[in-house]
Amino acid sequence: MRNKAIVPSNTSGGVPARHQAVIEAKDLRKTYGDVAAVDGISFSVPAGESFGLLGPNGAGKSTTMKMIGAVTQRTSGTLSIMGLDPDSHGPEVRAHLGVVPQQDNLDEELRVRDNLLVYGRYFGLPMSYLRPKADELLAFAQLTDKAKSKVDALSGGMKRRLTIARSLINEPRILLLDEPTTGLDPQARHILWDRLFRLKEQGVTLILTTHYMDEAEQLCDRLIVVDKGRIMAEGSPAQLIREHSTREVLELRFGSERNATIGAELQGIGERLEALPDRVLIYAHDGEAALEQVSSRGLRPLTSLVRRSSLEDVFLRLTGRSLVD
Amino acid sequence: MSILTRGHSATEEARNRTFGPLYSRNAKAVIERGLMAIRSTNWLVMLSGFFEPVLFLISMGVGLGAIVGTVQGPDGAEISYAAYIAPALLAVSAMNGAVYDSTWNVFFKMNFAKLYQGMLYTSLGPLDVAVGEIFLALLRGLLYATGFTAVMGVMGLITTPWAILMIPASVLIAFGFASLGMGITSFLKTFQQMDWINFIMLPMFLFSATFYPLSVYPQYVQWFIQAMPLWHGVELLRQISVGMFTPATAVHIGYYLVMTALGMLLTTVRLRKLFLK
Repeated sequence: MRNKAIVPSNTSGGVPARHQAVIEAKDLRKTYGDVAAVDGISFSVPAGESFGLLGPNGAGKSTTMKMIGAVTQRTSGTLSIMGLDPDSHGPEVRAHLGVVPQQDNLDEELRVRDNLLVYGRYFGLPMSYLRPKADELLAFAQLTDKAKSKVDALSGGMKRRLTIARSLINEPRILLLDEPTTGLDPQARHILWDRLFRLKEQGVTLILTTHYMDEAEQLCDRLIVVDKGRIMAEGSPAQLIREHSTREVLELRFGSERNATIGAELQGIGERLEALPDRVLIYAHDGEAALEQVSSRGLRPLTSLVRRSSLEDVFLRLTGRSLVD
Repeated sequence: MSILTRGHSATEEARNRTFGPLYSRNAKAVIERGLMAIRSTNWLVMLSGFFEPVLFLISMGVGLGAIVGTVQGPDGAEISYAAYIAPALLAVSAMNGAVYDSTWNVFFKMNFAKLYQGMLYTSLGPLDVAVGEIFLALLRGLLYATGFTAVMGVMGLITTPWAILMIPASVLIAFGFASLGMGITSFLKTFQQMDWINFIMLPMFLFSATFYPLSVYPQYVQWFIQAMPLWHGVELLRQISVGMFTPATAVHIGYYLVMTALGMLLTTVRLRKLFLK
């Protein structure tokens, strides 16, 4: 493990001691025919850490999650979850996990509360434990008044929250979240982030994939940037930004005609320049100063914006592509 | 304290059970879920499955039977046409129900409802799911067979107490078809391929000595029909319905025992292909 993360304090019993790796992947590979979805990635996640896989669609994030979730067998490499090999100990590994898949797979034939009860039964949990637990989780997901509703009557955000509540029914030690907020409106996303943050505070190990950099910045202690099945970089969000980008970014729009050709006239401003189809990015320590230099050259952009560097910029730098395309 | 870190002994116990690589000895959770779903949404569908053979019996047995009159039963005695085809219809319904549950139903829950996907993110193994679903199919078969046998009784088509054995025999027939059907489903990827199942089932229904004796066919066609599973089911139930047992009865039962064993073997071997993708 290259970057030892700062693990949030964890005072609860029954959860592995901190710094002890709960997930250990070495040269993990998954090929479908000739296509390598995951092409030799290695990482290690200590208990209690919130670990992210950031990358565009098709980077191999979901496949990695499925291998960790013991539902897809790896092609080669080693993988250990709580000290167990998921390929040979599927049910036992999954007993420790809570999974929120990319697409909600709630049981549409059952009502909201029954979804939680039945799911708990799959884990072999007794009803005496499940009844109060289901009510507790409904409250956690702000769905108490929907307990008797049909699942298809719920909004997208409610379904997502129910899926997350369901994943907690067995008090998992590791929570796998595959694109937890994709397709949700901003308000629903913020509610979800708040719930996830609380779980993190309680010492649950979170593994999450996302292609939203703000999500990764908010939730992840440490992350790997994945592209085409390989790890491009690894570290905390702040560390990655520091290593792979400047402090600030100046975004300029000159109109789609000129964005591509203006590059030559902007030479020498900032540390690096990136011309995208819709805008030009100037990476600089001081964005305002860079903007003044642009004006002093007599260039008049249609719009200009100075902002802090984000993981999006890191990704752009590492892969030459944007995260959401 | 917090929602997760309470460290319930229940959750610890559930984690410290003995697990197999593909099985967690918890098929009963899959069965419970099935019963709960039937209770809340599917009971109308269940009911329609019961009426299908009854409607056939009324139309063909009573309607067509009025023209046909009596025919020779398995033991040589003359019986009404309705009494002749009723056991056959029961065998067909056992086959249809089991095949539907183990093919279309599994295919749909796998690829569209994503039900199994959810189950297999828990500590359930694919074998728990397969065993649970087959059990549910057999339970449904048992209910239908009981209902249909009762209808036969009401219509005066039952002449011997042996006929009650048609119920367990129907479950055996269903078991054979359900286990084999699930194994076969693991090879099928598209709706077009699923349609092949109907393409096999319909002629089997029509030509397996269901509505007339096997003797109408030339010898080589007879051999072919006798190799098919449904014919053994039809003959088995027809024999039981009049309480006539011969060495052939053992052959029919043996056929289904072998079919069930091979089906379960195939399904188990194909479990990963069927449920884990």
